[in-house]
Amino acid sequence: MLKKEMIAMLLAGGQGSRLGVLTSKVAKPAVTFGGKYRIIDFPLSNCINSGVDTVGVLTQYQPLRLNTHIGIGIPWDLDRNIGGVSILPPYEKSTDTEWYTGTANAIYQNLTYMEMFNPEYVLILGGDHIYKMDYEVMLDFHKASGAAVSIAVMPVPWEEASRFGVVVADENSRITEFQEKPKEPKSNLASMGIYIFTWSVLREALIANASVPGCDFGKHVIPYCFDKGEKLVAYEYNGYWKDVGTLSSYWEANMELIDIIPEFNLYEEFWKIYTSSEIIPPQYIAEDAKIEKSIIGDGTEIYGEVRSSVIGAGVTIKPGAVVRDSIIMKGTVIGENAVIDRAIIAENVTVGDAVVMGIGEEVPNRFKPGVYAGGLVTIGENSVIPSDVKIGKNTAISGITGPEDYPEGILESGESIIKDGDVV
Amino acid sequence: MRAVGIILAGGNNQRMRELSNKRAIAAMPVAGSYRSIDFSLSNMTNSGIQKVAVLTQYNSRSLNEHLSSSKWWDFGRKQGGLFVFTPTITVGNNFWFRGTADAIAQNLDFLKKSHEPYVVIASGDCVYKLDYNRVLEYHIEKKADITVVCTEVPQGDDIGRFGVLRMNEDGRITDFEEKPVAASGNTISAGIYVIRRRQLIELIEKAAAEDRYDFVQDILVRYKNLKRIYGYRLDTYWSNISTVEAYYRTNMDFLKPDVRDYFFRQYPDVYSRIEDMPPAKYNPGAAVRNSLVSAGCIINGTVENSVLFKKVFVGENCVIKNSIILNDVYIGDNTYIENCIVESRDTIRANSHHVGEDGIKIVVETNERYVL
Repeated sequence: MLKKEMIAMLLAGGQGSRLGVLTSKVAKPAVTFGGKYRIIDFPLSNCINSGVDTVGVLTQYQPLRLNTHIGIGIPWDLDRNIGGVSILPPYEKSTDTEWYTGTANAIYQNLTYMEMFNPEYVLILGGDHIYKMDYEVMLDFHKASGAAVSIAVMPVPWEEASRFGVVVADENSRITEFQEKPKEPKSNLASMGIYIFTWSVLREALIANASVPGCDFGKHVIPYCFDKGEKLVAYEYNGYWKDVGTLSSYWEANMELIDIIPEFNLYEEFWKIYTSSEIIPPQYIAEDAKIEKSIIGDGTEIYGEVRSSVIGAGVTIKPGAVVRDSIIMKGTVIGENAVIDRAIIAENVTVGDAVVMGIGEEVPNRFKPGVYAGGLVTIGENSVIPSDVKIGKNTAISGITGPEDYPEGILESGESIIKDGDVV
Repeated sequence: MRAVGIILAGGNNQRMRELSNKRAIAAMPVAGSYRSIDFSLSNMTNSGIQKVAVLTQYNSRSLNEHLSSSKWWDFGRKQGGLFVFTPTITVGNNFWFRGTADAIAQNLDFLKKSHEPYVVIASGDCVYKLDYNRVLEYHIEKKADITVVCTEVPQGDDIGRFGVLRMNEDGRITDFEEKPVAASGNTISAGIYVIRRRQLIELIEKAAAEDRYDFVQDILVRYKNLKRIYGYRLDTYWSNISTVEAYYRTNMDFLKPDVRDYFFRQYPDVYSRIEDMPPAKYNPGAAVRNSLVSAGCIINGTVENSVLFKKVFVGENCVIKNSIILNDVYIGDNTYIENCIVESRDTIRANSHHVGEDGIKIVVETNERYVL
C-alpha cells in the first residue's frame, strides 16, 4: 500500500487574465520571473524543501509550457519512484465530463489521485505567488492545534485589508469569522490561498459540495467546513509573499530583486529555488556594455546599456541599445540603438533597431485600462516589433507587427496591437 | 550509435601546477559554466552513444562529485548509462592503473559485456565539439583498424606535449611520435580514437600479456605498420587544457564571438551538472567589460577581459583584469587582481593585491569567510 503523510495539490490551471498579453499563450504559473525562473518554481521548490515529495499539478489553461517545464520533475528532485510530480489535466469521463469549473471542483475531480496515496493531510497551493515557506512548519502547527483546516494568513496594512479576504481569529488562532473584501475589516490577516486539510475532512467536504457549480475553496468549501463546526485555524506567516497577478505587481516584484540586499533573497544557500535550466552558458558582457543595478540570466549577451532591469536567459541586447526599468524574458533580441523604458517584454520577442518604447504621456489603455496600467509597455511572446517605431505608455503588443501597424511610426500611449486573432 | 564510449580521465599533470592539487584535470572548470569532461561527455550523448565508461584515478573524488548523477548528460538509461571506473583491488589485480591501456585492461569486462561493434575513446581534458558518427563513417570507409582524430596546431614549443603524426595521401598514418623533443610537423593526435570493439579487446589483451600499459606507445606507435591506422582531420575548434598556459588561453578564447557562438549558441548544446544558481547580479559600482560572467555572481566592482565562474562575489572598488576566477570565490573590497587564476572556493581579503608579473599567477588563498 502507498502511504504519504502529506501530499500537495497545486492549482496551476488559471489564465491570469490580468497579466494581459503575457498569458495569452501560457498559463500564469509558467510566466518567467526573476531572470531565470517561472512562477510555479516557487511553490514547487517550497514543496521539496519542506519534504513534500508528492505533488499533483492541476493544469487546464494553455498547459504546454507548463508541461514541458515540469517534465518528470527532475529540477525539483520530484522524479520519484513513489509519488513525485504528476500533471493532472481535466479528462473525459463516461458521464458528466466537464472542465475544471472552480478550484475545489478541480481537486474534487482528482479524488482518485489523492486516495492513491492514503494521505493524512492535503496541502492546497496556488501557482501565482512569489514566496519561500516551510509547509512542514505549517503542518506541525496544524497538528498541534488539532484543526481540521489550517489557512495560511499574513498581516497586511490595515488600510489595505479591505482589498483582501480577511479572517478573524481568536487568541488561540481559531477562526471565528470570514470577511471577503470588507469595508470595515475586523482583522488585518489576509488569506494567502494556502490550506492544509485533514484528508478525511477535505474528502467529505468535496463530495458534499460536488454538485455546486464552479465549486471554489474560498466561496464554498471553507464556508461549508466552518458552518459544519469544524475547527479552522489561521496560521500566521510573516515572511516575503508577493502576489504577481497584475502587470504592476509583477513588474514591482521583479524590480525588488535588484535591490542591493533584496528583501526576497535568491542568493541564500538555504532554501534554494530550483528551475529547469535549458540555457547554461555564462553571459557575455561586451567591451562597450554598461550594466548597473540589474540581474541577468545565463547565456545572455549584452553589447548595450542595461539599468535597473531584470534580463532573462539567452537574451541579446545589441550595441547602442538602452534598457531601463524593464523586464526582458528568455531569448528576446533588442535591436541596435533601441531605447526601452518601463517595458515587460515576453519570451522570444524581436525588437527592431532604433525602436523607442515608453515615450509620451501616460494615457489609460483604451482596450483594457485595468490591465495595461502603471505606464508600462507590455509585449507578448514571439512578437516582432519593426525597426524605427515609437511606442507610448500603457500599451500592449502581441504578434508579428510590421511598419504598417504603426501610423506615422508611432503607437500612441494607451493603444494596443493584438494580432493573430488573439483575444486578450 | 553503434558504439560504446570510453573517456580517459585518469592522469595527473605537473604542468597544471597548484590547479591539479585538488582535482582531476577532467574536472577542471572551463568557460564559466562547464567542466572539462563535459565536452567529451556531451559529444558522446549528442552522437547517440548510450553507454559510456569514465576511467579515472588521480584525485578521482572531484570527478565523482561532478558525475554523481548521469541525468545531466542524459545517460540515466536502462539501456547503457554512465559508468565511472576507479582502480579496484580484485583477486587478479592489485595495481593502480599503470597507463591508459592498463586502465582499459583492468575494466575489460565493460567491453566484453557490451554488444556495440565499435568503441569511441576520448580524453577528458579537451574542449571541442565533434559528432563521432562522422569519424565512424570515415573509419568504415577507409576499412581502418584504428582511426585517430587529429588536428593542426600552430608550430611552437607547445607541440612537444602531443603525439605528432604524419599521414599519406589516403590518410593512413605513417609516422607517429609521442611527445617528440623536436617535432617534425604540426599535425597532432587529438586523443580521440575509433576502433572495433573486438579489435580493441584483442590489442589490449595482447598488451597486458606483454606487460605493456600505454595505449599510445604500446598500441598506436607499436602497431602503426601492422595495423591500418588512419587519421581523421578535425578542422573545427579543439583545445587541450592540460597546462596552465593552455588552460588560461582556452578560457580566454571564449571571449571571442566566433568561439562563443560555436559552443554556446550553435546546435548541439554542451551539457553540465546543474547547480541551481540564481542569475548574476550587478550592483551599483559594477563595471564589466569584455568578460564572461556565470550564474550566481554578485558584482560590485570592475571586471575586464576576464572569466568569472559560478558564484563569484566581487567587492566594491575591486579591479579584476585579464584573470580567471574559479567557482565560489569571495573577493573582498578594494582588491586588485591582474593576470591571475584564482582557485575555486578562495576567500580573498579586502585590500589584497595579486598580479601575475611574468606569466599567470595562481592564487590560492583560503581565509575564513564571513557567511551571511
